[in-house]
Order: sequence, then structure tokens, then C-alpha cells
Amino acid sequence: MSAARPARKPPETATQRLGRLLDMVPWLIQHRGVPIEEAASEFGVSTEQIVEDLELLFVCGTPGYGHAELIDASWESGHVYLDNADDIAAPMRLTRDEAVTLTAGLQALGSSLVGSDVAERTLAKLRAAAATTVDESVGRIELDLDDGSQHPAMATLKDAFARGRRVHLGYYVATRDESTERDVDIMRIVNLDGQWYVEGWCHRARGVRLFRLDRIEHAEVLDVDGTPPPEARPRDLDDVFVPGENDLTVVLEASRWAAWIADYYPNEGVERGPDGSLRVTLKVADPALVRRLVLRLGGEVRVVEPAELAQAVAQEARSALEAYDRLDT
Amino acid sequence: MSPASASAEKTERLLNLILALKSARRPVSKHRIRESLPAYAAATSDEAFDRMFERDKDELREMGIPITTTVLDVLFDDEVGYRIDSNETTLPAISFEPDEVAALALAARAWSTASISGAASAGLRKLRLSGVEIDESVAAGAEPRIRTKEPAFDAVHAALSALQPITFDYRKNDGELTTRRVQPWALKNWHGRWYLTGYDLDREDDRAFRLSRFEGAVRKLGRAGSYAVPEGYEPDVALEQQAAASVGTARVRLRHGRGHTLRRHALSVTELDERWSEVEVPYWRGSTERDVVALGQHAVAVSPPELVDAVRSTLLAAAEANERTPA
Repeated sequence: MSAARPARKPPETATQRLGRLLDMVPWLIQHRGVPIEEAASEFGVSTEQIVEDLELLFVCGTPGYGHAELIDASWESGHVYLDNADDIAAPMRLTRDEAVTLTAGLQALGSSLVGSDVAERTLAKLRAAAATTVDESVGRIELDLDDGSQHPAMATLKDAFARGRRVHLGYYVATRDESTERDVDIMRIVNLDGQWYVEGWCHRARGVRLFRLDRIEHAEVLDVDGTPPPEARPRDLDDVFVPGENDLTVVLEASRWAAWIADYYPNEGVERGPDGSLRVTLKVADPALVRRLVLRLGGEVRVVEPAELAQAVAQEARSALEAYDRLDT
Repeated sequence: MSPASASAEKTERLLNLILALKSARRPVSKHRIRESLPAYAAATSDEAFDRMFERDKDELREMGIPITTTVLDVLFDDEVGYRIDSNETTLPAISFEPDEVAALALAARAWSTASISGAASAGLRKLRLSGVEIDESVAAGAEPRIRTKEPAFDAVHAALSALQPITFDYRKNDGELTTRRVQPWALKNWHGRWYLTGYDLDREDDRAFRLSRFEGAVRKLGRAGSYAVPEGYEPDVALEQQAAASVGTARVRLRHGRGHTLRRHALSVTELDERWSEVEVPYWRGSTERDVVALGQHAVAVSPPELVDAVRSTLLAAAEANERTPA
């Protein structure tokens, strides 16, 4: 990933705003007297924007444009009342983006839904709800995610979750290359960036933990209630990979053949050389992860900082080589 | 006139056009439209009005609000009337079964961490307004979460919806930077990674581009709507690496409790002593040696000799490279 940050959000276009107004009118009519703040949070805009929108609606209407024809809006009390907007009081058909996102979401759910035909049935109804001008070949978004069935633990976890039972997991901790045993109360099973995780209360760690399904070595349903304790709060999935403040800063230099690591690992920035090589800065909770990565890429990647980690990698490689030297003699 | 107020004027004009055409009991002639809508009445010439009206019609159509035309007078068939048919624009009453409603809520929730989450939740809101009761707290057995953290996503998505050809700088697998010119056909998330598929104007073939490899801004190239997506097109993301077939088997000594990656594929495991066991695994050239090397002194390659040599040279390269870092 490059160091470039996402561009600032461009200002709303006239048609985007119109879309929101057409969306807002039926909602305001059904939620008569709703506080401005609530409308703002429902539509993800500021309260000032809601007021500006109401001011615009207020001057729109049907030809004649007298009092009887104009949309009537009042919000002085901090609560919104909308009248005389019968022609646009019913919700519109789904726009392309609305239909596309829901359709793709349903396709991605696919077999992880209990009834296998649910997605198909719902898709057909969505199609009927979409705008008549939506051409399905334009603006296509497809999600192709695995359903996790390749993980032997998936069926056990789903079963335990559905029945509210605790599970016992054999879990491999990659950074320590170590197998652990733990009892977990499942909170959810999610696919994030193509990887399946089970989030739950770990009785060994006495905290909420996220476990990768491909690292679960075995899973058994326990005959124990699996309700997580009240203090168990699901983590914000956006923050899952946000580095902790105690994380170690590591700078790696990669040849062009190993440049993919900048793409693969969340990082803090990349400097590219003219020959395709690069320097990437990572935040890591456990240096063992980097040691294994750098060994694996033997010679294509070098630890620049911290120097102790570079020495540790070199020493580990030398110690491993000794075993072969002993075999030779 | 500031751009902001020009934009507000346009929103107002389009909304008034919708209201005028929806409220009319019969199709409205162009002349009437021009006369009765203040924004059109202000047009300085017939041409200016025609241009404005045609563009407005196109934009509304693009938003899913088609304006239909009918012949007003059979004697003068150039006199057409315009209307917006509520059946075409209003969400029809559709009843969803409880399991379908739950599926919809999950489908929308899948996008909750993506930049286009607004579209999914707006769709859900419309269905709810038309009477579908959607409980967003519904629990799923297992649910996907889609993220769109690649900076290029929004620009590519906008281009895709507008059939807008684009050009962008793209970093190839080997690190080389190339400038590409592409007609976007689809966005595809394959196992958590976003790809743009489309027609590469220079390679004259369809290609897939990983969004995380875009560098810098996505630029427009020519007119929007200047191409069509081939009929029946199915976006296919060519896999970056094909799973290679194994070439025989390899034997590796592992410390007890170590080498999970290798043990998962073990064909046999022999305990050697209280510290070591020996596993037999399928030998994937290029990958097995790296799995062994990553374990450092906790793994020793035994056979075939090709694997042993590869492990030794990789370890040596890792040692030498990292010894170059000044202490």
C-alpha cells in the first residue's frame, strides 16, 4: 500500500443532494416531529445541512408556487414537520448503488445463511424493487468470499453459537509458534478482509479475543452455557488492526521481488527506490512475527531498524545453519 | 454566483421538475414546462432551455427517475407530453419473509465498514419505509464484513457507474510502475481484496487490477458513457499465483510443538526423542523451503537434497543480509 492518504471527500453534487432529499421526505413524513439531531444522524449529515435541506424543500412545489403548492416545512422548535409533499411522500425505488450493494451483500452471505434458498428469494424481490432504469451490467460489484467451510472448526463453531454453548479450542499462536488450549464463549463469527475469525470471551485471557479460523487446530462444543460475561464488548472491527501504543516500530528493506510485503501487511508508510526496492515501516506487537517473515524471505528482506532485531534474525539463521554443518561432519 | 448556490439551484430545479411532472394529471408539453417552472422560464433562448431540459432529463433518468414521453395530439405528432409515472419511480409494495428480512439486514451490515455503506443503509431505509420491518440486531451464524480502505475505491466506483474510461498508475507485482488506460467493467472483491476488472486499452484485452496497487490519483480519460460492458460479462479475477503441484515428499525434523504450518499437511509423524519429531510432508518447491526457514533453529530439512540445499542457501542469505545492518 502506498503512503498516499484517501483524497478528501468531494463536495456533494446537485443530484446527490436531490437523492438525499427524495430519501428524506418520506422518512420525515413517517417520523413526524423528529428532532433535527436525529434526522442528521439518520442521514449522516450535520444539523446545519438538515436545516439547509429544509430551507430548500420549503421553496419547492408544484406549478403556481403559491402557499397551497409549496412544500410546507417547519423546524423552529427543533422538531421537523413536513406537509404538502404528497407527490414525493412514498419512498423511491432502489438506486443502482443501493441495489448493487444489497445484491452483492446477499451473494456474499450465500451459503453462510441457514436456508440455502433465502438469498435467491431475496435477490428476486430486490430486483423488483430496483429502479426501472438500472442496467444490471453497469456499475457491477461482486463479492467472492469463501464461506469458511474449508475450516474444519467452522461447523462446530456455528453449532455452538447457535445453541449458546461454550467451545474448547486448540489454537495456534503464530507469533510464538505455539499451540494453546482455551475455552471461549462465542460473540460472533466474521469474515474480515477475506479471513474468517471468531470473536469471543476467552476464559484463559479473561478478555475478548479474535481467533483466526485457519489457526484453530481443533474445536469441541462443551456442555456449558456459552453466554459471554456482561463485560464482554465486541471490538470495533475497524480498529482490529490498529497498532497498539506499545507496538515496536520496525523498518524493513525489501528487494523488488519481496516488494509485495508492503501490499500485504498493514503499514505506516513506504519509500520506494528507483529499482523497485522499498523501505516499509511496520508496527508490530510481537517481533517474532517479523523474525519469521524476514527469515522466510531470506536475503530479499533486511531489517534496518531496530538493529537488535537484525542481529536476532542473523543469529537465528546462523544457529539453524549449524545443524546442517553438524550433519556434514 | 458561487458554485454552492449554483448547485442548490440545480437541485431545486430538478426537484420542481419532478413535482411538476408527478402532480400533473396528464402529460405536460415542453412549452408548458418552460412556462411554468421559473428556472426554465429564465432561460435566455430556446436552445439554452432545450439543452438544460435534455440534461436534466438525462440526470433524472440516471437517478432512476425516467421521464416518459407520449404524443399529445394525434394530428400534430411532434407535440409530445412528458410525465413521470409513479409506478416506475415509487417503490412497489413487496412483502419479505422474516428470513429474507434478516438476510437483507445482514447484507447491509456487510458493508458497514465500507465507504459505500451509505447506499446499503439507504436501500434498507426505503424498504423499511415501505413497511418492511427490519431488525438490524439479527444475529448471524457467520457474517462477512467488507472494507474499502483502498484510496482508489471511490474514484473507481464512480467511474464504473458512469462508464467513464480512466487512466491510473499501477504497480506491478515486481514493483515496476506502469500507466494504464482502462474501461472499467466491474469491481470485484476476491477473498478480501478489491480488484477492478475491465478492458485495458493498451493491452487490448480484459485485465484485473488490484486496487491496493494503484498509485496516486485516478484520472478521467475521455467521455463518460463512451463504451458498454460486454453482454453477459462475468468478472473474473485471474489468481495471482496458481497453487503448484507438489513434487514428491519432503522430510523435515521439527521441535515438539513447533511448525504448525508444516504439521497441518503432514503425511506421517515419527517421534525421534523428547525434543524432536520427523514429519513427512508434500514437497512444494518454492514454498516448503520457506516454511522450514521461517522456523529458524526449530526445523531441520532432511530430504530431498534439493530442499536441504535451498533451506541452507536461504538461511545463509538471511544471515548475510541482516549482518549488513550496523549494530
